[in-house]
Amino acid sequence: MSTAHAEHEHHGAPSGLLRWVFTTNHKDIGTLYLWFAFAMLLVGGSFAMVIRLELLQPGMQWVDPNFFNSMTTMHGLIMVFGAIMPAFVGLANWLVPMMIGAPDMALPRMNNWSFWILPFAGTMLLSTMFMEGGGPNFGWTFYAPLSTTYAPASTDFFIFAVHMLGFSSIMGSINIIATIMNMRAPGMTLMKMPLFVWTWLITAFLLIAVMPVLAGAVTMMLTDRNFGTSFFDAAGGGDPVLFQHVFWFFGHPEVYIMILPAFGIVSQIIPTFARKRLFGYSSMVYATASIAFLSFIVWAHHMFTVGMPVAGELFFLYATVLIAVPTGVKVFNWVATMWQGSMTFELPMKWALAFVILFTIGGFSGLMLGIAPVDFQYHDTYFVVAHFHYVLVTGALFSIIAAVYYWLPKWTGHMYSESLGNWHFWTSIVFVNITFFPQHFLGLAGMPRRIPDYNAAFADFNFMSSIGAFGFGLAQLLFLALVIKCIKGGEKATDQVWEGAEGLEWEIPSPAPYHTFAEAPEVK
Amino acid sequence: MSQASGSYYLPEPSKWPIIGSIGMFTMLFGFASSLSDKTPIMGEGDLTMMYIGMAIIIFMLFGWFGQVIRESESGAYNSQVDTSFRMGMMWFIFSEVMFFAAFFGALYYIRTLSVPWLGGADNNLATNTFLYDGFVPSWPLNVMPDAAAGGYSVFKETIGAWGIPALNTALLLTSGVTCTLAHWALKKGNRTGLTFWLFATVVLGFVFVGFQAYEYIHAYSIGLKLSSGVYGSTFFMLTGFHGLHVTIGAIMLTVMMFRSMKGHFTDENHFAFEAAAWYWHFVDVVWLGLFIFVYVL
Repeated sequence: MSTAHAEHEHHGAPSGLLRWVFTTNHKDIGTLYLWFAFAMLLVGGSFAMVIRLELLQPGMQWVDPNFFNSMTTMHGLIMVFGAIMPAFVGLANWLVPMMIGAPDMALPRMNNWSFWILPFAGTMLLSTMFMEGGGPNFGWTFYAPLSTTYAPASTDFFIFAVHMLGFSSIMGSINIIATIMNMRAPGMTLMKMPLFVWTWLITAFLLIAVMPVLAGAVTMMLTDRNFGTSFFDAAGGGDPVLFQHVFWFFGHPEVYIMILPAFGIVSQIIPTFARKRLFGYSSMVYATASIAFLSFIVWAHHMFTVGMPVAGELFFLYATVLIAVPTGVKVFNWVATMWQGSMTFELPMKWALAFVILFTIGGFSGLMLGIAPVDFQYHDTYFVVAHFHYVLVTGALFSIIAAVYYWLPKWTGHMYSESLGNWHFWTSIVFVNITFFPQHFLGLAGMPRRIPDYNAAFADFNFMSSIGAFGFGLAQLLFLALVIKCIKGGEKATDQVWEGAEGLEWEIPSPAPYHTFAEAPEVK
Repeated sequence: MSQASGSYYLPEPSKWPIIGSIGMFTMLFGFASSLSDKTPIMGEGDLTMMYIGMAIIIFMLFGWFGQVIRESESGAYNSQVDTSFRMGMMWFIFSEVMFFAAFFGALYYIRTLSVPWLGGADNNLATNTFLYDGFVPSWPLNVMPDAAAGGYSVFKETIGAWGIPALNTALLLTSGVTCTLAHWALKKGNRTGLTFWLFATVVLGFVFVGFQAYEYIHAYSIGLKLSSGVYGSTFFMLTGFHGLHVTIGAIMLTVMMFRSMKGHFTDENHFAFEAAAWYWHFVDVVWLGLFIFVYVL
């Protein structure tokens, strides 16, 4: 290893700003993705702060309703397409080649393009906020006719931003699939792959299957808006509900795109700190595949109240609750992995445990929403908001944070500050629940989502929720400080970093050299 | 080979992706900007910025593919790199299939569900009575639910399946055969055959596009337009995106023809040709779906 390493010294990282623009190195590109995602997390987070500030008290306080609507819209879009998805792709870039013993991603130049489309797409999306009539104001689901007949002129920029984001995701996913299928070290059979790799393989398949459908949906929007077509206009024989079908055919797999890699991360972390092998590896793989399959046949559970034949309601109800089975398998396996393990609670483990518990809460509220007759009460209330923030914030985001804590020593060569990390964890965990738990009650009591003002009866829980949101937002600045501090220095990390860590990425030096596995390792 | 060891080709840092991103942004921002007077930079209908973006993208495509071709011809790629390219193209074509699936899905939904529902089918009597009383659903839909609204182009007739579309079907199927003949010639080392059959494929492809253009002009002359309600929407968007893909595929095959004339490809190593051929067959299959579901049925 050491001689191979020395050989690489003169092929180390180039310097200067253009290194980052022209790079074809999977670690550089992973870093770019992660920083972009964090920047977008702060942008999307600041929009959330505006929303919670307006909702701190009943009545109209700070912003006008149209701007409020564009805040909820942009918050959702930026978080989904700018923060969560790029963060997972960044993790895949950093980790997949190291985990399977590959020298880099399969198509390194295309890898660069996948990333460098994002800042341009993000700029296009954010530029709408400064245009006449304001930015998109129809919610992140951009239902027609709100996004066609009644939308601001800037919507066409939003449409092309979505096209670019989709293009980036598709290319990134093609790269990930080609890497996993074609670049594995000898002996790294499919059923020996780390679960993070497995979950990303399946996620990439989902992305390639549904991002083009989203492109189709926004293209129909574009022509409905500008070129006289009637896809979503009943007066011309189309149907606004068609938009919802096409959107959610993309949208439901999309939410699993944002959670399957999280399952992979947690399945890497828990065995390390329980010092036991993952319980039920193969059932984890099959459960992931089952969830991916089911994700294609449940989309209309987002539309129970829109008017559907009863047979349709029943089909989507049953298919939806069926997802609880493979998901239950996963949660069971995580718990069984910990059972009688020699557990320690370093920060990655804390975040992973928080994920298991809080994601499960989000899963259960999802189950409630999946039952069509009761969904008629919950639909478009804060109960839905609480549900998807439990799965996306305490689910997807928490897993990303867990992953950063877990692999940061490998990336930087330094241990992070434990005390700062503990502050970050405990403030986050308290505030996130103060933010989102009361929203369940608000929703059950009938408070609709996406409104800037509300009945005074909802005031107390909204006040709590806003205070929690401000706290949770500020807590993430601790995270930023911790990461910067860790990059700059700190206790030297060992190669293995964690006592119980297993896998190829823990056998290379910390920080990981610029090029790894130029010679493929032998996996036994 | 740019890296010290290992056999998988890892490219040097590249300027082409960022140029592609700039081109894409310029093109799409320019297009969006031209769609309204309320948007910044370009006035309504002014496509200058879009064309600049397209030029940048074309420049990028020449530069990027040129570099890949030079690397390939210099023997930098081993069979593992070849497999990566193959997987890349396969999954790209799958993504294209899903793009068309969105439009086909919209067509099926509209034809079999939403238009009958607007006419009161199943339990939708109230929809019909209260929204569009007296609306009688039909396909092709020529009398709009909201007939009074106006703005919808009424067509005299639709494009029959057994005229130009049937001819076009024959053209594309034949071009699939000539494409395979080109491949056989290449594998036998018959350079003249390769170039000839590629030329035949490209000609058939462009004749197809020409016929489509002629058919569009005819359609517009009889009032069948993009604005002819949902029939015109699905008809033009499905056939239009297909025509765009035929054009792209024909351009790809044209490039292959010129490369063949320059002596590129060997009987063993000619992935670029195969990728273009796969794409061509994909376009062919989509057409069969269109012919059946848009024209015949």
